[in-house]
Amino acid sequence: MWLESGSVFAQSPVTAAVTQAAPPAQSPTSVPSPSSTNAAAASKAAQAPAASSPRSSPSIVVLDPGHGGTDPGARGTGGIRESEVVMDFTAQTKTALEALGFQVMLTRQGNENPSFDDRSAIANAQRGAVFVTLHVASTGFPGTVRVYVMSDLAGANDTTGLIPWERAQAPFLPLSRRFGDLVQSFLSQRFKGSPRTAQVAAVRQLRTTAAPAIAVEVSSVAVDDRGQLDRMAPGVADAIARGASAFRPSYVVATNPGERP
Amino acid sequence: MPRWRWWLIAMLVLAVAIAAGYFPVLKRNLRLSAQAPAKSEEQVRRELTQPAASNVGEPVGKAKLFWSAGARDGSLMPVTVDLPLPHDPVLRAKQVLNTLLAGPVDAELRTLPPDAVLLAFYLLPDGTGVADFSEALATATPSGIQSEQLAVDSITKSLEANVPQIRWLKILIHGQEVDTLAGHLDLTRTFLVNARAVAMPVRPVAADDSREAAPSPVSGSAPVKSPALGARKPAPAQKLTPANPPGKLAPTERKP
Repeated sequence: MWLESGSVFAQSPVTAAVTQAAPPAQSPTSVPSPSSTNAAAASKAAQAPAASSPRSSPSIVVLDPGHGGTDPGARGTGGIRESEVVMDFTAQTKTALEALGFQVMLTRQGNENPSFDDRSAIANAQRGAVFVTLHVASTGFPGTVRVYVMSDLAGANDTTGLIPWERAQAPFLPLSRRFGDLVQSFLSQRFKGSPRTAQVAAVRQLRTTAAPAIAVEVSSVAVDDRGQLDRMAPGVADAIARGASAFRPSYVVATNPGERP
Repeated sequence: MPRWRWWLIAMLVLAVAIAAGYFPVLKRNLRLSAQAPAKSEEQVRRELTQPAASNVGEPVGKAKLFWSAGARDGSLMPVTVDLPLPHDPVLRAKQVLNTLLAGPVDAELRTLPPDAVLLAFYLLPDGTGVADFSEALATATPSGIQSEQLAVDSITKSLEANVPQIRWLKILIHGQEVDTLAGHLDLTRTFLVNARAVAMPVRPVAADDSREAAPSPVSGSAPVKSPALGARKPAPAQKLTPANPPGKLAPTERKP
């Protein structure tokens, strides 16, 4: 599966939970989906969102509560499940973002477990969205929060203006880095012991996301009392919202086909 | 009473006395063996799959291994240990990884689960090491970006410090490429070990020996099970280090 750089295409029609966000305008334009290791993915039609006004700042944030369904994620000895905790963090982050005028989309609303690609597809279907995946770690000092951005990816060396789905994050790495550093700086002010800048890691969820994308990981499910994590949620939500707001002016969405971010 | 009967009785008495003296020792041994934890299936498999120690006579050197700097710390700490370090890069990598898997004295500083086993290690001509671990690496590594990154970093840094021939590392789980280590970290990619890895020595190849010229693993003669690896392009015989790093072991060329 390939994405057109500059304008972004959905890999598949997915049931995104859209709040306050207009669905992407449908266009008959389709992109070729050549040899893919995933036959199902290859057969999915891709549709382009309509071009909007020339160059605009992003107003959509896609929030991804990690795991869900049969995948509980990290589990603490006290019975804390990552997939449940991140739903609470997501709800508070959504409220904080909406208060700052962002439109928020969720990759899941209940206890289901979309695939990595389906989660990325929700962000990839939007023009100028940013993507935040939320996680709770098994390790780390309790009360700290880390932001991760994707480590280096081999770029797409084609001349067609298309971005391979498997490396969709590659052109967005500098933007993701900037977005991550902003969010991490707000988090480090709130949560002592957290790093000052975003970390780099090969996070699978970020690789196929064609948008500035970060992973936020809270420590940890090893706490004795779930309340310790719940008390962190407002601070994490506020830091993400402020980070997205501070990032907005520096991310100008390209609208010309073939133009990279 | 005949004399031989006296001897017989004396020997019987002596045997009973010895048995009585040994009985408490036997009882204690039985109690200790009952308290010892039963071997897990993974441990039994480890004993069966581990090759016999092949490092007898190998020179003992200083190996630098990377374990966790603290129980909750997300950083690594180098520890120098004395290890028999073979000259062959594959044997050397196996030695390093098996020692890393065995873990530090302080179990809290482990970066890899205790039940994980290195099933195989191959080294491709372009300097890509392929480490095939048992399923325990994926199922028992604590889930989380930090813990998974720490596990992979401990492997790559330990290999970088001790096996200069390895440029990239591909991690397989039970012979297969998997999406993630424990739900977060991407294992479909190769990890950079050492950008300045030294080239592998090239054995002169006869012109008609096409089978040897193919990019089969330099060492570790078993074929790599991953079908993705089979799609790898043949590497030029005289240029073992690619100019561009491979993003994956199976760089499927995609054109619209």
